[in-house]
Amino acid sequence: MTTITCSPGKLNTHLIWQRIDPPTFEAAKNVAMKQILIGVLSSFLVFSCQNNTRSVENIRIKGSDTEVNVALALAETFMEKEPNVSIAVTGGGSGTGIAALLSGKTHIANASRPMKPEELQSARTSGIHPLAVIFGIDALAVIVHQNNPLDTLTINDLGKIFTGEKSSWAELGGPDKEISLYGRQSNSGTFLYFREEILGADYATSLKQMNGTAQIVEAIGTDPAGIGYVGIGYLSEKGGQLPSNIKVLKISEKAGSPAFSPLVPAAILSRQYPIVRPLYQYVNGAPSGRLLEFLLYSIGAEGQKIVSENGYYPISQEQFSENLRLLNATLTVNGAQ
Amino acid sequence: MKITAQQTDRLAAIVFKTAGWLSVVVLLSIFSMLLFNGAKAFRTISPVDFFFGLNWNPAAYGQPKFGILSLIFSTLLVTLGAMLIAVPLGIGTAAYMAVFAPRRVYRLIKPVIELFAGVPSVAVGFAGITVVAPAIAWVFGLNNGLNALNGAFLLALMSLPTIIIVAEEAIRAVPPTFQEASYALGATPQKTLWHVTLPAAMSGILAAVMLGMGRALGETMTVLMATGNASAFPGGFFDSVRTMTATIAIELGETAQGTAHYYVLFAVGAVLFGISLTINIISEKIARRFRYKI
Repeated sequence: MTTITCSPGKLNTHLIWQRIDPPTFEAAKNVAMKQILIGVLSSFLVFSCQNNTRSVENIRIKGSDTEVNVALALAETFMEKEPNVSIAVTGGGSGTGIAALLSGKTHIANASRPMKPEELQSARTSGIHPLAVIFGIDALAVIVHQNNPLDTLTINDLGKIFTGEKSSWAELGGPDKEISLYGRQSNSGTFLYFREEILGADYATSLKQMNGTAQIVEAIGTDPAGIGYVGIGYLSEKGGQLPSNIKVLKISEKAGSPAFSPLVPAAILSRQYPIVRPLYQYVNGAPSGRLLEFLLYSIGAEGQKIVSENGYYPISQEQFSENLRLLNATLTVNGAQ
Repeated sequence: MKITAQQTDRLAAIVFKTAGWLSVVVLLSIFSMLLFNGAKAFRTISPVDFFFGLNWNPAAYGQPKFGILSLIFSTLLVTLGAMLIAVPLGIGTAAYMAVFAPRRVYRLIKPVIELFAGVPSVAVGFAGITVVAPAIAWVFGLNNGLNALNGAFLLALMSLPTIIIVAEEAIRAVPPTFQEASYALGATPQKTLWHVTLPAAMSGILAAVMLGMGRALGETMTVLMATGNASAFPGGFFDSVRTMTATIAIELGETAQGTAHYYVLFAVGAVLFGISLTINIISEKIARRFRYKI
């Protein structure tokens, strides 16, 4: 969610403003000292996060904000069964997770998109062997404000809306309002998935890049001309209770073909709902020990039950076998699918 | 063994000299780090595209774009807006607190303002999305309020405590004889404040404004959450903006080290550094001109 960076603008103002007129010196010094102290403390925080990743009694998981809640649920139940394992789950976006895996700062990178060619290239040069385990299926829901008269959209129109080719709701049979687009930031796997699969082009420059799914939902709830996309898990996580001020659109393959709602599980399981994607856990090379146990747990029967409880969909039998082949392991523990 | 006064003196001199030089060294190393890494960006990106390009989209589907102008303009727009709101409000509050406020009111206001300085920026950003943005949309009849005005308003709130606290100190530091002389000549309290106290405190007040501006310029989380971050070149306060700080924060975490995108973010940082350095130098010059000149 948050990204810690060194903010040059801030630092230099502290330092320069230590030279200040005598009357204001006291007050300025107090403000400056506090800010410097906070700066120093947070830089310690950053450095202390960067210890090595080899000891696998501690498992670190980082990445996709879409997956962060389900990963947390998996981690919690796994830790209950195995008390001497400690798993830390953080978000930050798929890109952030993959970057962390490439620099050896995390054991598992959660990603809601496959790795990009340049990421694979960078992995090769730094001697990382990324291995993708699919542990759930996600559907993306397209949401608008409650008062929007539209109920269905075709994939084609959806793409045109987000590339900016259609910029008014009037072009889609709605009121004469300029469409306001909401999406995630470029470190989000959802941002990239949507761009590659639905748009096949760049987003309109007017796209508002929000800092998280919750903020997209929050913003569209108050914007009568808004449209955005969110992982289905985020919506159904609240016990199927959608926020009352938003509406989920039905999506159809093309004009004239039937439209399906992502809120109907059967439509997703049968892949009739068109915007579905796999959720990945990337690891470096064939894992062993606790790390392997955790991955097997998350694709096993119990883990898949948790995935479903969190609003996502279980993986298919083929995906399960492919995972096992990749992990170079046969699931002997009870609970194979 | 007894330490003589001279030895203590010498020791103290060394300690303070080290402390002083240390801050210079840290500052220079940060700047050279930014310049060094930033310069590497220009091995692949043309400086013309960087400094004069209107669009920023380094992770584009098609051709990546590295134009910094929209980022600079966004940052300046939001900061300028924040200062337009915060400076009159801040100096007014400071003058009220230093000159007019009854003791009891003062005791109430002062801690509240100091407390406000400690509100985390992520909390301000959240309030921006859920409260201020809908309010702005409602007042101005817009579809949504995730725009430069929202950012300016929130940054004004965040830099107000700094401005008020420092400006109040400056006003209090004006020797009481100045005001007494003014009263003796028959000036009203308002006239005294306007024509004597504020001009006498001007250099300190400018310092307050500059500190506040530094806060607004460098603030990251709030603008990242509340201004929409659209990459389109903003046309005004009602357009969504994407500031330099927010861009660095969003993108630095995901870029692979050693790529042009990675280095260009350092170049953005260096430009931001340059902007605040320039503002600081100019204000130092102005402050010096106002000093001792009443």
